[in-house]
Amino acid sequence: MTLDALPPAEAAGRVVDAVLADLARDHRGVIVDSPPGAGKSTLVVRATAHLAAAGERMMIVAQTNEQVDDLIERIAAKHPDIEVGRLSASGYVPSERVLAAPSVKVAQKADDVAERPVVIATAAKWATLSEGSWPWAIVDEAYQMRSDMLLRIAGRFERALFVGDPGQLDPFSTVEVERWAGLSWDPMRSAVSVLLAHNPDLPVHRLPVSWRLPASAAPVVSRAFYPFTGFRAGTGPGDRRLEFGARGMGTAHDRALDEAAASGWALYELPARHTLRTDAEAVQATADLAVRLLQRGPVAHAEGGAAPVGPGRIAVGAAHRDQVAAIRDALGPDGAGITVDTANRLQGREYDVTVVLHPLSGRRDATAFHLEAGRLCVLASRHRHACVMVARAGIPELLDAHPSTEPVRLGVPVKFPDGWEANQSVLAHLAAHRVAAGS
Amino acid sequence: MTETAPDLDRLRGGAPPRNHDARTIAALTANPGCARRGVMDAAGVDKDAVARQLGFPAPYGQSQFAITRGNVFEQQVKADGCAELLTLLRDRLGLTVPEARYDDLEEVAGSESREMRHARTRRLLARALETGEGTLFDHPLLRLEIGGRAVYLEPDVIAFQLAGRFHVVEIKSFAVIDGQAEPEQVAAAARQSAVYVLALRRLVAELGHDPARVAHEVFLVCPENFTNRPTATPVDVRPQLAVVERQLARLTRVDEIVAALPADLTFAPGAALPESVRAVQARYAPECMASCEMAFFCRDEARACGATGALGRSVRDDLGGVDSIAMALALAEGTLEPAAELAETAAQLRTATRLRREALGGLH
Amino acid sequence: MSVLSSLARLEAAATGRAQPVATVRHCHLAGAPLVMIPLKLAGEAAAPLAVMLGRDRAEPALLVVPQPRNRDLRFAFAADLAKIVLEHIEASRGAAEALAPGKDGEERFRYTDAPQILLPNPGGVGFLARLGRSTRFRSTEGPYAVEPGVPALGRWLTWFADRHDHPGSSLLLTVTEALRLHWATGQSSLEDGNLAALMGWIDPPDGLDGAAAAARAEDPVVCPPAGPATDPTFDNEVLAPAIASYDETGHEQRVRTALEGQLAPTWDLMWRAVDLLRALPEGASVAKRWERDRDGFTWFHRNFDEGVPQPRRDTAVRAARRLHDLERAQDAYEAQRAFDDPLIMAEHRLNGQAFGGVVAGGDPARLDESGKRPKLRPHLLIATADPVRLDTGTAVCNAARPGLKGKIVDIGPDGVTVELTGGMGNRLTPAPGSVPELGDRVVFTSLTGGSFGPARFPDRESTPWTHGGPPPEYVPADEDAQEEWS
Repeated sequence: MTLDALPPAEAAGRVVDAVLADLARDHRGVIVDSPPGAGKSTLVVRATAHLAAAGERMMIVAQTNEQVDDLIERIAAKHPDIEVGRLSASGYVPSERVLAAPSVKVAQKADDVAERPVVIATAAKWATLSEGSWPWAIVDEAYQMRSDMLLRIAGRFERALFVGDPGQLDPFSTVEVERWAGLSWDPMRSAVSVLLAHNPDLPVHRLPVSWRLPASAAPVVSRAFYPFTGFRAGTGPGDRRLEFGARGMGTAHDRALDEAAASGWALYELPARHTLRTDAEAVQATADLAVRLLQRGPVAHAEGGAAPVGPGRIAVGAAHRDQVAAIRDALGPDGAGITVDTANRLQGREYDVTVVLHPLSGRRDATAFHLEAGRLCVLASRHRHACVMVARAGIPELLDAHPSTEPVRLGVPVKFPDGWEANQSVLAHLAAHRVAAGS
Repeated sequence: MTETAPDLDRLRGGAPPRNHDARTIAALTANPGCARRGVMDAAGVDKDAVARQLGFPAPYGQSQFAITRGNVFEQQVKADGCAELLTLLRDRLGLTVPEARYDDLEEVAGSESREMRHARTRRLLARALETGEGTLFDHPLLRLEIGGRAVYLEPDVIAFQLAGRFHVVEIKSFAVIDGQAEPEQVAAAARQSAVYVLALRRLVAELGHDPARVAHEVFLVCPENFTNRPTATPVDVRPQLAVVERQLARLTRVDEIVAALPADLTFAPGAALPESVRAVQARYAPECMASCEMAFFCRDEARACGATGALGRSVRDDLGGVDSIAMALALAEGTLEPAAELAETAAQLRTATRLRREALGGLH
Repeated sequence: MSVLSSLARLEAAATGRAQPVATVRHCHLAGAPLVMIPLKLAGEAAAPLAVMLGRDRAEPALLVVPQPRNRDLRFAFAADLAKIVLEHIEASRGAAEALAPGKDGEERFRYTDAPQILLPNPGGVGFLARLGRSTRFRSTEGPYAVEPGVPALGRWLTWFADRHDHPGSSLLLTVTEALRLHWATGQSSLEDGNLAALMGWIDPPDGLDGAAAAARAEDPVVCPPAGPATDPTFDNEVLAPAIASYDETGHEQRVRTALEGQLAPTWDLMWRAVDLLRALPEGASVAKRWERDRDGFTWFHRNFDEGVPQPRRDTAVRAARRLHDLERAQDAYEAQRAFDDPLIMAEHRLNGQAFGGVVAGGDPARLDESGKRPKLRPHLLIATADPVRLDTGTAVCNAARPGLKGKIVDIGPDGVTVELTGGMGNRLTPAPGSVPELGDRVVFTSLTGGSFGPARFPDRESTPWTHGGPPPEYVPADEDAQEEWS
């Protein structure tokens, strides 16, 4: 029976079992592709426990301190008996949640946590070590890691489990250099692509079910960003509901929020105009929608029961840092506690509702940055219930007029999906959930 | 679509439609938002001639050294029934090519007509699809529908058949050095190859076979390092294929633009030509100079009206889409009171002006 | 691009003259740079046609290949070129000054100067890199022996081209890039790639404005291209017959004259550009970056005799190291330029990452007595009209004196309050002159320079399995030396 025919939990369970079984085989590496919210962190925790139970010592590699602390919190909650060492740089101040876990010891030197079965740190911290060897490594967010970082840490482990989301943003560099194009070890490529180029026989698993994205979002995101390796939602159409304590007043904002609550998506469309990046009207609309959402007392009904959606469960996403700063300004005290960040920083995060300033809003011409599929993918896949996109009209025309003259480098694998196609696909879906501003 | 055909003929002023080749079709992808280019291309207007008439000839001369080099290399690769090419496909790409056969479709005894040549291409490819007969088909004369009109593609490639699948082989004379070539040149080659892949696929479909029998992987044959020795590199042209298909589909939509034009508009030579050309809006960007014969005329036009776009796409973008240099400067100086929708741009420009003055101090 | 430089373009277009986008020079200019204008044969990967070069504007040398398809003539050209380039390197290096010994006690040196090469444009760099690639593996013995200077030239050209990738390096500069770092024109950046047009905007001839001078510069008959590609019409109508005449007669004068005519106008432009750049005051960090260039040069020069030609492509470890070096240099370069130049800092002010204004209040003698011991923590209220996009708590420093550090404690309608935390001396009263006074104009920024530390990489022998394991040792092979060059 194919995975698609199984109930979601069973289908996902089979993949996880297969991953854990592969760890016991002779592969030097195992790769797990995980679409948004498909249980990547859960898998990391399970693999940790699985290896620890087998008496293996392991190092865990995450990309940011935030991600390290997230994993520590999860491991400590699920397996308080596993002693975890957290390596950090000298400037790191342990977060509350790390201090709250008695099984965790924070240290700057690897020697101080050498006896612990699990040692966890950021890749940057691991790269400062010149000795020590672990039989196993678990590398989280491996598609976000650049291959030069993998080169620096790979000497520390014998075998590794790589887990990550191939649809998110590629790692980037502050310099533009072409000299490594086409090399299988190009340091600008992601760790996973270099790993696979040199070890094409490593098993690659795909988690088939998104537990985060609701039934309204999984097919949209899957089609646009994972065209060849689709996934489905773990919940059915009726399993998630977003309700408001306060009825809408019929304003365009309220109708957009109602549309999002009813269908999981809304496109709040401002009149077409070319604007600065920090388009004041769009910024204000984005902030107002987030604040209004909060004011209406949203309650999220899900498989685990009902819970109010507080500011901590709402995120606002944008492409550029100056947009983020402007939206934060515009939110004011009424929006206190709402997360506002760029796509880069929202990677790996999860919220109940998101409000997104579309990367192409107000632009006359798109650049590769704005068209990057990973950017829109991150922004459109953070939510458990609903996503409200804010954009100026005219994006279809912009895409239509976009020149396609990207240079081609020999030996560099073609990247899918193409940003243009992905943007079209998402827009086509949003068209049915459009609410015009001021209408 | 067909209804616009007479209109399009009229736009050419009775001149025959220009011949398309893969290069001109690939160029359609360069600036799809330009109505002027779209209309002229759809009508098959000879833009090069129009630009010359207008006094802005396109400076796309080719050096005889480059031409000679290209011809010599191609002849070398194709000599003796493509002997070198077959060696390459076998040794370099590790393909198992059985006893090979070479058919040159350019030569049709006693007839030069394109219809005849295309018919022969069809016949041989049909046979190859049915029986697997034939290996290398040089100069296949293919057809593609452009803006509702079938055009023949000047054949410039080899179709290579292996185990029932066709690959496009494109011979280019730019060098591949240590595995790398100029990305712009590779991109141009990939776009052109994609046009051939598309035309071949259409033909295969017409012949009642699965278009996927034409591979999206093409073989680029170039001189290696600093020698005349050829090397073959596979190139995946799926992205270019998607773009070309998209733009061809889009060309058929020019009838909307054409419908809005004056009924007697024509690009025929004459005193009214500049006015006729200006009647169709251009979307000039400096990048046009690399690919469009009309670019220098459009640049002149954009500069004459002080368009910010003439300074580059990113400049106009920085200005929040303000089109006019004079207006942007007036906003920056504060001499023009901005309309509500420009207030933000104006504020930023004024801050920028203040900061520039402050930093330049005595210099300014 | 930024709004500020876009605005400069608008001003240039409106005034007909290029406008400054820097107030100081951000690149090093050697006393006697080697100016080089290479030309290549159309259609070939790296077939040299000619180069005009020299350290003295009054005496350019002209090397030509009268029949560019003749391999022996090409190698003779490479040998001649090697002679001039190697002489330039030796003449420019200055004395070796001893530095404090390294950690492990090893001796360290640095040459007091280093050679600089100036090319017209990035295309020239690409061509030199290919010329370097095609000559560095040649053997000086055996069946295809070349003169010893040829492979040495190849290694040096490769090294120079590699250094060009290095942000802030001035060993190999292109004049178009250097000019664009300091001026904005009234045309697009694409058009700026034409040296003559760019110079037309910056320094138009009498009676012409920038636009007219640039238009004139686009006519290849008046202003031949600055290479390495030649004008196709020149190729077809002048060069081809000249080469044919060489083939017939064996006299190269006609080819020389033709190529000299193509190169001489660019030669003049190059030196005029040098004059313009030299007239700018040098930025404060330029000497520091040139010191890094001298370090790099010293190392390569001192190890040259034992070294082997650079491999065709970087190994995994080499690539990762190089990328790290480049990113580190980029980080330092960007920060240094901003601290050196108020016009670059203005970009950060416009982006909200810096702010400037007049000190309008505060408490310059404030002590923080909340801890065990009192600390000097003056408050400065800076009245600013800049669009500040920094949060309270952000660490900032003074743009004019980055040693003066602080953090933002309040952003209000009257301005930004900064609490100073360092750079005022060790006492409880600030060192004289260290704290800005009421009415002073100041700029503070969140920018920091050189935050990027050195990194640790495995040895190439320890290249991990994830990257294919250790690569084979590179041994120059006969095959490399015999590679055809046709």
